[in-house]
Amino acid sequence: MNTIPLEHYLLVAAALFSIGLAIAITKRHFIGMLLGIELMLNAVNINLIAFSRYDPEKLSGQLFALFVIVVAAAEVTIALAIIMRVYGHYKTVDPDQVDDLKR
Amino acid sequence: MEAAAFYSFSILAIISALFILFSKNLIYGAFALFLTFLGVAALYVLAGADFLAVTQIMVYVGGILVLMIFGIMLTQKASKDTTSTTPNRVEVLLSREFWGFLTGTGFFIFLGYIILDSQFKMTGDIISSKSTIRTIGVELMTSHLLPFEIAAILLLVALIGAAYLALNRNPAQ
Repeated sequence: MNTIPLEHYLLVAAALFSIGLAIAITKRHFIGMLLGIELMLNAVNINLIAFSRYDPEKLSGQLFALFVIVVAAAEVTIALAIIMRVYGHYKTVDPDQVDDLKR
Repeated sequence: MEAAAFYSFSILAIISALFILFSKNLIYGAFALFLTFLGVAALYVLAGADFLAVTQIMVYVGGILVLMIFGIMLTQKASKDTTSTTPNRVEVLLSREFWGFLTGTGFFIFLGYIILDSQFKMTGDIISSKSTIRTIGVELMTSHLLPFEIAAILLLVALIGAAYLALNRNPAQ
């Protein structure tokens, strides 16, 4: 049981985090950026749970991951509500076109 | 057996994450994110976190992803060059693509160097195959009671705020 070394979990999480970062940078769409941010939060959770394997009495890592999931759920609802308002006002979902303060 | 499951689910998660990165259609990206979440939930099970795997599927796949697909559909914009074969297209500037790939690969090399360079000495026992629900419940109700209550208040505030922002479309009237 549990022959997979810790480093492999961490490497998978690092790969997912980097892909999420690249998605959040490249996508010119509010919801595309949100997809990248969700992927990054998931990668962080993999790290926490992989370290929590060695702490079966208290499971601090899994509790942290649970709170991260709660905060991610709150964040995405608020972000989508704000995106709806921005879309209703500017009629666009491109973050480059919401530039009133730069004009 | 366990190693085969671990590597196949990690490859599933990483390939569908890469598909989100390269896909031009945002709806396809959202469905690929569904596959990524399932792969990550399988990794949770393999790391001995059964409760969190079920929570992941219920919260992310059942809640967040459905919300995002609704968001994509509600912010549909019919531009002039949209045809029936190119819906939900996200145009990507070449400079952004370049900087995104550079940052992503650079960050991955940096993190991989740190992970492979560090020597983790784990002293605790490895988790056994028993369920983690009992431990999580006891810990939430004893030593983590304050964060639990704060999370409850945060969810209530987020619920009210999201409902206010989404319902009251024009506060000037």
